[in-house]
Amino acid sequence: MPDDFLVRAALAGLGLTLATGPLGAFVVWRRMAFFGDATAHAAILGVALALATDLPFYLGTLAVVLAMGLGVSALTGRGRAADTVLGVLAHSALAFGLIAVSFLPGVRTDLSAYLFGDVLAVTLTDVVWVWAGALAVLALLLWRWQALLTATVDEALAQASGIDPRREGLLLTLALALVVAVAVKIVGALLIAALLIIPAAAARGPARSPEAMAALAVLAGAFSVLGGLWLSLRLDTPAGPSIVAAAAAIFALSLIPRRSG
Amino acid sequence: MPGLCGGGQMTLIAARGLTVRHGGQTVLAGVDFAIAKGEIVTVVGPNGSGKSTLLKALIGLEKAAEGQVTRAPGLRIGYVPQRLHLDPRLPMTVRRFLSLPARASDADAAAALTRVGVPGLEARAMSALSGGQFQRVLLARALLARPEILILDEPTQGLDQPGVAAFYRLIEEVRGETGVAVLMVSHDLHVVMSATDRVVCLNGHVCCEGTPRVVSAAPEYRALFGLGTGGALALYRHVHDHDHDHQHDGPAHDHALDHGHAHAHGGDHAHSHHHEGTDA
Repeated sequence: MPDDFLVRAALAGLGLTLATGPLGAFVVWRRMAFFGDATAHAAILGVALALATDLPFYLGTLAVVLAMGLGVSALTGRGRAADTVLGVLAHSALAFGLIAVSFLPGVRTDLSAYLFGDVLAVTLTDVVWVWAGALAVLALLLWRWQALLTATVDEALAQASGIDPRREGLLLTLALALVVAVAVKIVGALLIAALLIIPAAAARGPARSPEAMAALAVLAGAFSVLGGLWLSLRLDTPAGPSIVAAAAAIFALSLIPRRSG
Repeated sequence: MPGLCGGGQMTLIAARGLTVRHGGQTVLAGVDFAIAKGEIVTVVGPNGSGKSTLLKALIGLEKAAEGQVTRAPGLRIGYVPQRLHLDPRLPMTVRRFLSLPARASDADAAAALTRVGVPGLEARAMSALSGGQFQRVLLARALLARPEILILDEPTQGLDQPGVAAFYRLIEEVRGETGVAVLMVSHDLHVVMSATDRVVCLNGHVCCEGTPRVVSAAPEYRALFGLGTGGALALYRHVHDHDHDHQHDGPAHDHALDHGHAHAHGGDHAHSHHHEGTDA
């Protein structure tokens, strides 16, 4: 029988992958990787805000990340990126976040937990938050799936069918902010984007349809979480980076050419 | 001459005094445009003349800086984009694509593919289609919405002349069967679909409007266009009411004639009929 903390860690990680799988697919299709980075790095600033005020941790983080996401999408237009603007924003958000956190007594020592995550320390409340956030994102994506996919394929084509591509883009920004907020404690602000992109990239090879790719990305994410936790236990490595390392290994495996072509 | 169309018929989409700006640059200035039920309108213009911008403004993707665009309430639009930049990491079969954004039944999807002349392509990946097949699949998807108007952005780009003629015939057949209005954009200033009711020449503003001359009625041109086109192509004679440059003597000039001479001297047949930029 595994320890309780391990069960909570696995539950939190698996819950998160329900959202990061399909959302990560959109991040890959729409080339929002850098955009994901920028919003994720803002999470540190959100953590500082939440800890400095009496705001609940997840709400404070969500507020800042969402503000960052909306700001960035307003600045860069249609999610297709002005690289430089995103780079400036991503790294400044991280830097200001780190400075803000350094003013808070007692947090300095916990900093690595927010940068790299500390999934082995998640509480039952954290697990509930992660599942609530992930299920909300999953529900949002399923509800808007056809419209999101059409807007991703071609904006004009979506518009002609009565779908507002800007609205769908904003919904993705909202979903991204939610995922980032609940993922900070699990993989940390620095590696959230990795958990979005790597499983989705690994799922591309075998997938024949967008839906299959999203589902396979969930599967690849789940294996990454379990493999990373196992690695972390066996080698006493930090859990967040171990999860990402496991995802990278799965991606590498997906590159091996299949015999059928 | 915005008053040309309509004629008591129901207007599907209309623009009045439409001006669109990209940053500080004016892309379209004071464009009046309307298309009525069942009408076929071809918008021609050189590259950068604002043709695609006009289409995007008409469907509501581009905002009007001045003027306004009105669409009939609940108008069903079948849109065929110029190119589709499908990200290579987005796996998409033809069948799945036909179900965007509204889920199509297998029977409807098969019928649509058959109608556009590419039956049985369902399982094929979009990335594995030839240019002509891709164009027809885009059309099939647009038709599945049972549109009242088809909007096509340079649908024949990259097709050879028989391919263009075949595509135009297909559009004409679909119009005949369904009564759908067709709004098409083309960078080819002179050769348009012969079933076109009205040609609008655009260059940031509406330069001229008129009806095309049917090629089959002019044997000397017919020879230039080869035998395989079956009367699907027609020439458009530009009659501008103003000057664009000072090389022309009068306010009216005839591209069609210049065009004919160019080919006559070339001696070859008519695949070199792209006069991009001659009107700028």
